[in-house]
Amino acid sequence: MEAFTQHTGLVVPLDRSNVDTDAIIPKQFLKSIKRTGFGPNLFDEWRYLDHGEPGMDNSKRPLNPDFVMNKERYQGASILLARENFGCGSSREHAPWALEDYGIKAVIAPSFADIFFNNCFKNGILPIILDHTTMDTLFEQTEANEGFKLDIDLDKQTITMPNGDVISFDVEPDRKHSLYNGLDDIGITLQQEDAIAEYEAERSKRAPWLFSS
Amino acid sequence: MAGKTLYDKLWEDHLVAENDDGSALIYIDRQLLHEVTSPQAFEGLRIAGRKPRRLEANLATPDHNVPTTDRTNGIADPVSRIQVQTLDDNCDTYGVTEFKMDDIRQGIVHIVGPEQGYTLPGLTMVCGDSHTATHGAFGAMAFGVGTSEVEHVLATQCLRQKKMKNMLVRVDGELGTGVTAKDVVLAVIGEIGTAGGNGHAIEFAGSAIESLSMEGRMTICNMAIEAGARVGLVAVDDKTIEYVKGRPFAPKGEQWDMAVEAWKDLHSDADAEFDRVVELKAEDIIPQVTWGTSPEMVKPVNGNIPNPEKESNPVKKEGIERALQYMDLKADTPITSIPLDKVFIGSCTNARIEDLREAAAVAKGRKVSPSIKQAMVVPGSGLVKEQAEAEGLHTIFTEAGFEWREPGCSMCLAMNADRLESGEHCASTSNRNFEGRQGQGGRTHLVSPAMAAAAAVHGHFVDVRELELDKELAKVSEVH
Repeated sequence: MEAFTQHTGLVVPLDRSNVDTDAIIPKQFLKSIKRTGFGPNLFDEWRYLDHGEPGMDNSKRPLNPDFVMNKERYQGASILLARENFGCGSSREHAPWALEDYGIKAVIAPSFADIFFNNCFKNGILPIILDHTTMDTLFEQTEANEGFKLDIDLDKQTITMPNGDVISFDVEPDRKHSLYNGLDDIGITLQQEDAIAEYEAERSKRAPWLFSS
Repeated sequence: MAGKTLYDKLWEDHLVAENDDGSALIYIDRQLLHEVTSPQAFEGLRIAGRKPRRLEANLATPDHNVPTTDRTNGIADPVSRIQVQTLDDNCDTYGVTEFKMDDIRQGIVHIVGPEQGYTLPGLTMVCGDSHTATHGAFGAMAFGVGTSEVEHVLATQCLRQKKMKNMLVRVDGELGTGVTAKDVVLAVIGEIGTAGGNGHAIEFAGSAIESLSMEGRMTICNMAIEAGARVGLVAVDDKTIEYVKGRPFAPKGEQWDMAVEAWKDLHSDADAEFDRVVELKAEDIIPQVTWGTSPEMVKPVNGNIPNPEKESNPVKKEGIERALQYMDLKADTPITSIPLDKVFIGSCTNARIEDLREAAAVAKGRKVSPSIKQAMVVPGSGLVKEQAEAEGLHTIFTEAGFEWREPGCSMCLAMNADRLESGEHCASTSNRNFEGRQGQGGRTHLVSPAMAAAAAVHGHFVDVRELELDKELAKVSEVH
């Protein structure tokens, strides 16, 4: 996994609450057996005017001019602003894969759905939770100022606005550590092999029916 | 000191290690695998040169992509075919038990697990699917994970987790005639919202929940995720143990007695404290219908579509306006006036034998309205299908004009050929009414199986409580 340390990027405002993972990456693209290549189909049903299917040449499809991510001023955006409960619904990790493949490094919202939030950290994307008032300010500033960028520093847990104002955010220490160092979670867990083996030995005595097949 | 909740007990029972950074290593007893969220996990194992830690802790079946029509020629869609083939290949290579597409035991993972007794009380169980909460109906800590965590469990049998908060949803009283588990859970979601359970494990309790069959409890826990909670739970009682007994993967002999003894403690202590408690009266719940594009956008069948002008919260107001536009519905009009094109009875929420009996009790002796383009019944597994056919339910459905299909996820998420066309309205027993969920531009209304069957017959929503039901079927399906 790619580490996230510091990132400065263009911000795109997606002013909707309860954005679900079906919207982030529609089901027909989940048939891929790869982890990559989902970016062109991120928000497919909102982004294009036609019906998307795997294997299509997305560069030739008609874009929806009303969808915020299609606007010229937001091209190249890497920080996504959203509203409450972003990423609700299905557990599909294809959702952060699509965001990552598109080039999104951080998503900032007042709240996230649990599974999506967790999946982001496994894929080098930093989800940041901010209060409603700060979110309103960010939405206003982004819409009012073309080329609005934010500077995110994971180590300091700060977001710096173009005018120099600094917003602090919380991140759980273990998630921060893994993301900051781009660590392989499985590798970390396997370092606790002794504890796992000890647990299994004890559990197989308590619940032998789970260990006898 | 306060007593423990069921979730507290399950958590402590599976704690391998508590780390200094505030995370915990939790042991995962069993994992269910399907074709959509596992290929990249197996690929990850392969790249890292790792193997599944415990083969017997995994059970696989293809469900999302499989056709529900004749399967003798395999899967027509080449992309779907490759994905199912990849699951078969991975399971064969590593030696994971799989119920392949031509196996009578194949079906939707969340129906197959309990049916096989692979789901047991007291387990921790995961699957790369958010509806894994279903298995909490057995007093098991079951939750959906992403593909990275599927791989993590394959390789280590563990997950790094944070303990969630405890929420109690208590439904006391007696459910009225024609009011089902689906109506209860939709009413709960309407009450607490789709984000209401975020960060929480929800335990469903109270006399109305206790009176439900295991199938009903599974329907309730299945949709915990639609209220934002990864985990839904119901305490173990005699019904749980009776359901599990004798199933293929259930413990036998002395181990059975030992297991039953251990399972008796799987309930919240009387003095357990919950971070949040929500109470509903069973008598207040009537059949529910979703009108919008989020499961929280739900109304009683005798209600009206909401008016955004009456909503003071600007974000919610915009949400209602957007949903009305997508669904092409008008504010303040009756739920019963929503035009319908298709009816789908199936999914991990409502494709168990009891659900099919409930729908058949309505369909028997009636005909699907000519205004309905398609009404389909998709059993949750090959064994549910077999049982339904043994009971003659398939005849009731086909005589009424429903299509009787092969098992799979089907039109719940339309990854196979079963889908809505743009603009079509569907009465669906599934779990999500998101934009495009059942097909791009499709408009989903979530309801119970009885309500879906009634809608098929009338061509629009009706209050199933006002219909006369087949007495014998109504009795066995508990639609009293």
